[in-house]
Amino acid sequence: MVNAINKKHLNVLAKSKNFEFNKVTARSNFTINLIFVLICILFLAPLILVVMVSFSSKESLDTYGYQFWPAAFDLKAYQYIFKYSYDLIHSYWNSIIVTSIGSITATSIIALYAYPLSRSNFQHRNGFAFFAFFTTIFGGGLVPWVFVYAQLLKINNSLLILIIPYLVNAWWIIIMRTFMKQSVPEDLVEAARIDGAGEFRIFFSVALPLCKAGLATIFLFCLVKFWNDYYLSLIFINDHHLYTIQYYLYSMLDNINYVLTSPNVPAEARRNLPSEGARMALAVIAVGPVVFSYPFFRKFFVKGIIVGAVKG
Amino acid sequence: MAAEQAAGIKPGKQIGKIGKPSNAAVGLRKKSKGARRRDLAFYLMLLPGVLILVINNYLPMIGVVIPFEDYRYNVNAGFFKSLFTSRFVGFQNFQFLFKSVDCITATVNTVAYNLVFIALDLIVPIALAICMSEMWNQKKANTYQTMMFLPYFISWSAVSYVAYAFLCNAGFIDKTVLPLLGMQNIDFYTKPGYWPAIIIFFHLWHYTGYNLIIYIAAISGISNEYYEAAALDGATKWQQIRYVTLPMLKTTAIILSLLAVGRIFNGDFDLFYNVPRNIPQIYSTTSIIDTFVYNELINLGDIGMSAAAGLYQATVGCVIVFLCNFVVRKADPDSALF
Repeated sequence: MVNAINKKHLNVLAKSKNFEFNKVTARSNFTINLIFVLICILFLAPLILVVMVSFSSKESLDTYGYQFWPAAFDLKAYQYIFKYSYDLIHSYWNSIIVTSIGSITATSIIALYAYPLSRSNFQHRNGFAFFAFFTTIFGGGLVPWVFVYAQLLKINNSLLILIIPYLVNAWWIIIMRTFMKQSVPEDLVEAARIDGAGEFRIFFSVALPLCKAGLATIFLFCLVKFWNDYYLSLIFINDHHLYTIQYYLYSMLDNINYVLTSPNVPAEARRNLPSEGARMALAVIAVGPVVFSYPFFRKFFVKGIIVGAVKG
Repeated sequence: MAAEQAAGIKPGKQIGKIGKPSNAAVGLRKKSKGARRRDLAFYLMLLPGVLILVINNYLPMIGVVIPFEDYRYNVNAGFFKSLFTSRFVGFQNFQFLFKSVDCITATVNTVAYNLVFIALDLIVPIALAICMSEMWNQKKANTYQTMMFLPYFISWSAVSYVAYAFLCNAGFIDKTVLPLLGMQNIDFYTKPGYWPAIIIFFHLWHYTGYNLIIYIAAISGISNEYYEAAALDGATKWQQIRYVTLPMLKTTAIILSLLAVGRIFNGDFDLFYNVPRNIPQIYSTTSIIDTFVYNELINLGDIGMSAAAGLYQATVGCVIVFLCNFVVRKADPDSALF
């Protein structure tokens, strides 16, 4: 008995020596946890509200407004948008095309641009780095930028315009260059060169396999950027058939009566339209893929952000 | 010829730097043939990126002449011909611009909001990151951080819906919160007074998780020995934060703030366009230069005014970046951007 108490006592002592030296008090720890729980609730509540509204019945929305726990649940909003919205499926498809083609192309171009910049024996590397970096300091402004695409290249109202402007991003080039500097040892490149490999061979067979994490990070940056973009559509797209999901979402809130007047919605659907709930359901569907894959890609983003911040 | 000379000088420099004369000498001899082929490969790799940068960023820079003319697009002549044959009007567009109340409002809003954002993006994430680093259970800290980073990935058109769900007439605040408090309904989308608070909330909501990551990484980079030494000397937690953590975060905080100061003339179009939904009644507190430029061009079709505002923003912004960099270079050359 005495022995046991002594042992317990010793254990506590040992624990405090090894693990609890210089730690905040239990009360502070509790307070910090409480603060973060409250902040997390504050941060997630807006998203939860949107999800809840999308599952609310029309009657409950009309009577009680938007609530975190609706008086009556139903799935009419989702049934409605899947049944009648040809536009939704089409815009979803456009988003998938733009996002996949755009991300693959952008990652390739950025990796190709970053690789020479990461090589210390390329004498113009600083010049080309500045060529990319200068675009973040000065720009011609919105008007000439729009005119170059709409009047010179004349690619407004096409899927190309939703891809080209985001293919290069100076920050991502700098992040990719840092990744390459960190993970591709100069000696290995030199060894490959002595073995007779050309620069392209070295790039594809030595450099790229070594910085898979960097490629994945940039690729995920691109995926999220292309998927979440509404801005290019806002400026360049008028054609209904080229709407992406985010712009479709935007246009629905922008014009409350959009569904009511859209030619693709049959009259019978218009009559029992759960419009408020349907719009929130649309929002859920538009952000769904990003939110569900978030746990898997989070760590790549964290890595990329830290690499970018370290470089300044 | 000149290129070869330059190439000859470069390895010479490296001799002094790396201190491997034999290697450099080998490089010098091989330069003429192997190096030229290598450089060609590098240029080919850079080509697609350069092409996109030229189209997307450098060609529009020619357009800085647009605000000085009465630009008329002639479909048959094309862009360049229209650009150089439109009537020159001098500073007329700028005169209109600086007389317009809307432009002044937008400028004041842009700078004021950005100043608030810079201060909050410094205080809030640093405070939270310090709290997180002191938590007993770091797994829990990671969970909190994961949840706080999620709003960063919500597309802005969806954020617009999120704001709408709270603020519209059938929304959570008007139908649930205010009746509970016994207050009248508020028509948020027509009352400019409420918007600074709403905008600041959504800014913090969207970006805090992002900034938090940077500061948490910076804090975890501080060696534990400093804290142990301080604690052995009898420093309390507050003193450790004051004399160890904050000084170690100084460089990161200064660099991030300077980047933000350099962009003080660039508003966050996504936030200011989507959350207030571009409603004219609340422009007095939600209009920024970026939304002003957009509305002038797309909604009003006033090319001259929009281009003038765009150039004014780009020029002042550029001057501020160089000023910032100049000051940093004087104070601490290592932190300078270029």
